[in-house]
Amino acid sequence: MRLTQGAFSFLPDLTDEQINKQVQYCIEKGWAVNIEWTDDPHPRNTYWDLWGLPLFDIKDPAAVMFELAECRKANPTGYIKMQAFDASIGTESCVHSFIVQRPAFEPGFMLQRMEHEGRFIRYTIVSYATQAAAAGQRY
Amino acid sequence: MSQSVSERTRIKSDRYESGVIPYAKMGYWDAAYCVKQTDLLALFRITPQHGVDPVEATAAVAGESSTATWTVVWTDLLTACDVYRAKAYRVDPVPSTPGQYFGYVAYEIDLFEEGSLANMTASIIGNVFGFKALKALRLEDMRIPFAYLKTFQGPATGVVVERERMDKFGRPLLGATVKPKLGLSGKNYGRVVFEGLKGGLDFLKDDENINSQAFMRWRERFLYCQEGIQRASAATGEVKGSYLNVTAGTMENVYERAEYAKELGSIIIMIDLVMGYTAIQSIALWARNNDMILHLHRAGNSTYARQKNHGINFRVICKWMRMAGVDHIHAGTVVGKLEGDPLMVKGFYNTLLDVKTFANLPQGIFFAQDWASLRKCMPVASGGIHCGQMHQLLNYLGDDVVLQFGGGTIGHPDGIQAGATANRVALESMVLARNEGRDYLTEGPEILQTAAKLCGPLQTALDLWKGISFNYASTDTSDFSDTATANV
Repeated sequence: MRLTQGAFSFLPDLTDEQINKQVQYCIEKGWAVNIEWTDDPHPRNTYWDLWGLPLFDIKDPAAVMFELAECRKANPTGYIKMQAFDASIGTESCVHSFIVQRPAFEPGFMLQRMEHEGRFIRYTIVSYATQAAAAGQRY
Repeated sequence: MSQSVSERTRIKSDRYESGVIPYAKMGYWDAAYCVKQTDLLALFRITPQHGVDPVEATAAVAGESSTATWTVVWTDLLTACDVYRAKAYRVDPVPSTPGQYFGYVAYEIDLFEEGSLANMTASIIGNVFGFKALKALRLEDMRIPFAYLKTFQGPATGVVVERERMDKFGRPLLGATVKPKLGLSGKNYGRVVFEGLKGGLDFLKDDENINSQAFMRWRERFLYCQEGIQRASAATGEVKGSYLNVTAGTMENVYERAEYAKELGSIIIMIDLVMGYTAIQSIALWARNNDMILHLHRAGNSTYARQKNHGINFRVICKWMRMAGVDHIHAGTVVGKLEGDPLMVKGFYNTLLDVKTFANLPQGIFFAQDWASLRKCMPVASGGIHCGQMHQLLNYLGDDVVLQFGGGTIGHPDGIQAGATANRVALESMVLARNEGRDYLTEGPEILQTAAKLCGPLQTALDLWKGISFNYASTDTSDFSDTATANV
């Protein structure tokens, strides 16, 4: 399967040139940019690991691209996404998010159904990768 | 002292002597009135009967929507009646429209119960709309004071929290309404939900008139929809939802359906505007307490919002629904099949999303408005739109919107998944191009064609719906716009 979280997952994986342009867009908007990585891409896994702190007051996409390269070196096979944060009043939240690296093989998720009385079912989504191996050995 | 007691005690004041005197003279007109920050302001489009003076007509509107009745009552003297009288304070002729006037009225905040839309609207759109001295009356805009807004919950979830819960940022959300809207069995209905979500949509949606009919009772729908939602979520790794319509004949049934939706794990429920303001405020409180997103379908709205001379402008409904606490409201598409002048629609969207709204006459916004930290309400664009219009939709409607392609998804020749994928690819390629600084409005068709080279379903959709547009003049247009606003 292909994990389709983020704004551009239905497009071919972005090239570094394309990523650079997205970072430039975020800079022009005055947003902070942060890089996050994980080997547990469950749809409810809100907190991917932060690669350092979000980069505030950046002037040049190169600073972000450098950190992306470093993050890739440290996590050559897992998921990496880039997010932008808008601190202005009324938003104060994430405003952009897109995947910039994904594993070569994405095993996906299993849907578990716990049957209750009547026809009621409780659903749980479980990642094959997190079940198969411990953190750090999944992809 | 030969007079009777009733003669001796009769009120002698000109103002309070029994009889009929003009509303303006009764104290409902004050051209020098100084508007207070705590006043509610209303702007009415007034069409007086032949021979009725516009100032008197506006004063009558102020009177009939606040304390007045048709004749003088001495019991006014037992109240601080000067405070409670609404004050008409300004009348302007409507530009280029003989016989119509914009009348401004200020209302004391103490006329209204805190946190009650029903109470506020019972005054503002109560008896006054049937008043015989007027041919027609339309409520065009309102300024709700900060102090009064603070007595309302506002959107149960709001745009920011909805996006955080769904982990979806930086692009409009995508939805579709299940079609045919009536007649599908629960199992077939859930199939449409599954296919659309797996293909790339964020939401599917019940239609306004799907509640619990003989062909599909509500539990069937909820159970099969949730199966479809969860299967699609597992297949894509995304949080997804389908608006489960909990509208019912009684509030007890509404709560029962909402509770069931929550227990099943649904993230969103839906209601219809026709259920009424009090019911909407109640279910909005429930939604806030139960971490549920609340979608509102504006069923019934066009009965009073569409014609320009009488009724309520939709921007007022937008304000009221943001106060009432819904998270989504259908607010126009500009390019689709339903009513919507581009500037007017922009005004609706701003009303739902702004932290502070500024007066903007071409957009039909007459009053500045601070939203007092009420959360943002997500506009929904639904009705006759397709992926070939993606550049226009992104340009007119921006990022904070749910784009709903019903026929544009389910009508795809290669199936619902293919239709959904076509929409998602069109959207992502357009957002990417915009962020890269391209002139996406001009280059839109080319951007879509390039994306379609790698996405067969998009190519099929572009070929099928090429040239489909609903290019009719809008009935609800700005009175202050210099520019042509025909649909593109």
